[in-house]
Amino acid sequence: MTATTPALTGAALALGDDALVLSHRLGEWAGHAPVLEEEVALANIALDLLGQARVLLSLAGDEDELAFLREERAFRNVQLVEQPNGDFARTIARQLYFSTYQRLLYGRLAAAGESPLSGLAAKAVKEVAYHQDHAEQWTLRLGDGTAESHDRMRAGCEALWRFTGELFRPVEGVDVDWAELEADWLASVTGVLERATLTLPEGPRTGAWRAGAGRQGLHTEPFGRMLAEMQHLHRSHPGATW
Amino acid sequence: MTVPTAPTAPTAPTAPTASPAATAGPAGARETPEAVFDAAVAADERIEPRDWMPEAYRASLVRQIAQHAHSEIIGMQPEANWITRAPSLRRKAILMAKVQDEAGHGLYLYSAAETLGVSRDELLDKLHTGRQKYSSIFNYPTLTWADVGAIGWLVDGAAITNQVPLCRCSYGPYARAMVRICKEESFHQRQGYEALLALSRGTPEQHAMAQDAVDRWWWPSLMMFGPPDDESSHSAQSMAWKIKRHSNDELRRRFVDICVPQAEALGLTLPDPELRWNEERGHYDFGAIDWAEFREVLKGDGPCNEQRITQRRRAHEDGAWVREAAAAHAAKHGEATR
Amino acid sequence: MTTSDWPLWEVFVRSRRGLSHTHAGSLHAPDAEMALRNARDLYTRRSEGVSLWVVPSAAITASSPDEKDPFFEPAGDKPYRHPTFYEIPEGVRHL
Repeated sequence: MTATTPALTGAALALGDDALVLSHRLGEWAGHAPVLEEEVALANIALDLLGQARVLLSLAGDEDELAFLREERAFRNVQLVEQPNGDFARTIARQLYFSTYQRLLYGRLAAAGESPLSGLAAKAVKEVAYHQDHAEQWTLRLGDGTAESHDRMRAGCEALWRFTGELFRPVEGVDVDWAELEADWLASVTGVLERATLTLPEGPRTGAWRAGAGRQGLHTEPFGRMLAEMQHLHRSHPGATW
Repeated sequence: MTVPTAPTAPTAPTAPTASPAATAGPAGARETPEAVFDAAVAADERIEPRDWMPEAYRASLVRQIAQHAHSEIIGMQPEANWITRAPSLRRKAILMAKVQDEAGHGLYLYSAAETLGVSRDELLDKLHTGRQKYSSIFNYPTLTWADVGAIGWLVDGAAITNQVPLCRCSYGPYARAMVRICKEESFHQRQGYEALLALSRGTPEQHAMAQDAVDRWWWPSLMMFGPPDDESSHSAQSMAWKIKRHSNDELRRRFVDICVPQAEALGLTLPDPELRWNEERGHYDFGAIDWAEFREVLKGDGPCNEQRITQRRRAHEDGAWVREAAAAHAAKHGEATR
Repeated sequence: MTTSDWPLWEVFVRSRRGLSHTHAGSLHAPDAEMALRNARDLYTRRSEGVSLWVVPSAAITASSPDEKDPFFEPAGDKPYRHPTFYEIPEGVRHL
């Protein structure tokens, strides 16, 4: 099924690319997680996201063509999700910021009813609620664990903070109150960080390169390398089926 | 299909029907723990964690279950090597789920080992310091995408052939873990076969990639059944204890018999000119296995021994602060349970 | 126990409503909340359950195999606890 309007296609691409790229990053953890139980947990989240990406990209066209044959500048994901994994705390900070956003966004889309996006959102909101819970549990344990874990968690939250403004730049075809979404997000993230004995980072999170760039096809350097790895095999065999 | 359709495929595990061990001995006699144990094994009953068991039985189980668990988690690496390069989103999802299952299987098996009084930390430490082994097959590299398919078909196929009989192993927790694992493994083998089939029927380049992978993985897969019966150091006792149900050579023969027609259906050849049906024996004859290579890889000189254990050790060391943090958090919040 | 050594938990899964929780296996977790989540990820990823219990392994008191005879054998000679013990004349229904 392909979406009917350009706006809907654009929205499906934006949200689909978010899920695709974050799933890929989480997939990089396979075989490297801090404990076996976490191998299983991270893979579950990655698989949920990949499932969402496949549904969303299929609304916009052929999932594999979109994933493997677009150039970097044609991807519409936010820069937050393309950021490299870093240490486990950095990955958890990225999960906390993004899954909170996704939960609030999909909750609204699911409630809006009757659009190709709302069907996906209704299913995905349960998945991302679990992702947010996972990120929250780990934020609490790392923030309020040892001195080292506290420092690492704080560093992770601060390093990724500047990529969070972009989350609330309106996406055409996604009909939600973005200002309200941002306020809810801030309240939710602040609450978790406080319980984790951390504070909300203070740096800037708007500006031409910081906010709105990914949605317009401007990405960060690590993203090109990520795509090179992801697309290489598929592109080496034009027209092949797998 | 939940198990490979071997000509002599064992039946699914069933509850023991024999009389309880405690009444198996001569009536009225006060039985030694050893006699109770022997009677239970003879009657095909399961031994459970708190039952008396010979020290050598316990040690043998710990060695085997640990090696099996280690193989699952080291085995994640060669396949995870291709997650980020999987050529379609469908294949990527399948591969991620498969590698995840391997972590899960490692967990089930470490749990089974822990019922014998060893902790997972101890076992991991032995893996990291080379005092316990994992299956040598994972010391071979995955050089192309087709290797992922070949591992699923051949390596998981060999593993299933080895493991299905373990569902009836005399030690209860191991047998139960294996029931769960075998159910999940059949997905692994089928996805591998399907991936190879797509390549074999694909472009000439894809077909060549598939044939190359099968050429490289065939002989190491046969080695997975272990040394020939007359050289296998643990086999006889393990068979007597019903930890093991079939000999190495018997399982290897069964595996070859299963694979030959599967390879034909794939449109790929197996790299053994001596492979041919022997009407008299009712099995395929196959060429000599290069046991010198097997011993070399086992000894640590395989193509990836160093790389695999280094990555494993690094993941464990890099994760130490995370595990410590969670333990510290639990202690602070009064949740520690011991 | 080293600081990074997480305790062991036993996992019980209710496979569907109407059935009791059954022992599925064990796992390690730093605390009960994480144990529950790890159990969800590990033991129900193929839709095997609708409800989970996690219990610290150390909190389980088990009967010892040495107590086998005094614990369980006395029940063996009381067949009158089972309905099949009683003979009912043919034709009598709803019993």
